Amino acid sequence: MKTFLIDSVFFGAGISLIAYEIGLLAKRKFRMAIFNPLLIAIFCVIGILMVLKIDYKDYDKGAQYLSYLLTPATVCLAIPLYEQLTLLRKNLKAVAAGILSGVLSSLVSVFVLAKLFSLSHEMYVTMLPKSITTAIGMGISEELGGIATITVAVIVITGVLGNIFSDIICKCFKITQPVAKGLAIGTSAHAMGTAKAMELGPVEGAMSSLAIAVAGLLTVIGASVFAGWM
Amino acid sequence: MKILRQFTIILVISFLGEGIKMLIPLPIPSSVWGLVLMLAALQFGIVKVEQVKEASSFLIEIMPVMFIPAGVGLITAWPVLKPVFVPVMIITAFSTVIVMAVTGIVTQKMIKMGRNGEDENVSD
Repeated sequence: MKTFLIDSVFFGAGISLIAYEIGLLAKRKFRMAIFNPLLIAIFCVIGILMVLKIDYKDYDKGAQYLSYLLTPATVCLAIPLYEQLTLLRKNLKAVAAGILSGVLSSLVSVFVLAKLFSLSHEMYVTMLPKSITTAIGMGISEELGGIATITVAVIVITGVLGNIFSDIICKCFKITQPVAKGLAIGTSAHAMGTAKAMELGPVEGAMSSLAIAVAGLLTVIGASVFAGWM
Repeated sequence: MKILRQFTIILVISFLGEGIKMLIPLPIPSSVWGLVLMLAALQFGIVKVEQVKEASSFLIEIMPVMFIPAGVGLITAWPVLKPVFVPVMIITAFSTVIVMAVTGIVTQKMIKMGRNGEDENVSD
């Protein structure tokens, strides 16, 4: 039975989808931010793999086809963005200022907190790209001498946190304007946050998509400057 | 066949994104290049929104599912992550809240300032 599951190419994708369905059910039933379908699905799958003692790489044999779709899906984010281009042009200054301040606050907050916890230089540069999309973040981390595995983990944790709590955080800080909300979510929690922003509305989704690209590129420059500070 | 053609366009642009990534040695992933290419193609009328609408809406809608493997992958990072887990979690959580708040508040303030300026111009 176990060899069958390990060899199967459908097992990984199959349990991921079932776990996500369970997550959706729980969300409908409890209506609380913590019952986030993505988070529930991740925990369910980890639980199943541990109980059945199946290695991640065997799970990924099937699950990689879900990750495979990420590049085309990110390309598709251009469409809602294109549909909001007039709105973007109208608010260009605010959008630019928002993303720039977000990227700076990300780098500064990691710098200050890393000092506070007296992290090593290696851990500091590992944490610097935490708010941006995995592919860019991993590249930055490697370039600056960080530990890419931990960078990916931190980026994923950031994304999950953003996906779960973005609604609550926006409410706490009275961020209600859709453009501001979208940028806030995309700049802080990259594509995983954007998946949530898409559910909030078309403007939120489009602005969040824009933030993934712009914040990612600004962080490439910013992180290399900040890396020299500690 | 309509949906298939939409997927074809999306995959071709993803492929072109990969090509640019290979040619330009910057840590920019093919997905971001692809996003820029798609935006340019729409802007210059090479691709029309109707030619990619359904397939793209579908892919965007199921996007959270695509992050499950990466999330599950955290278990492979656990041995490396474990010794630094507490500070890393605290930094990640704080920084995420700070970035979200700062970005949102700055954008919202700037938009309001812009609007007020417009209103003054109107009343002038």
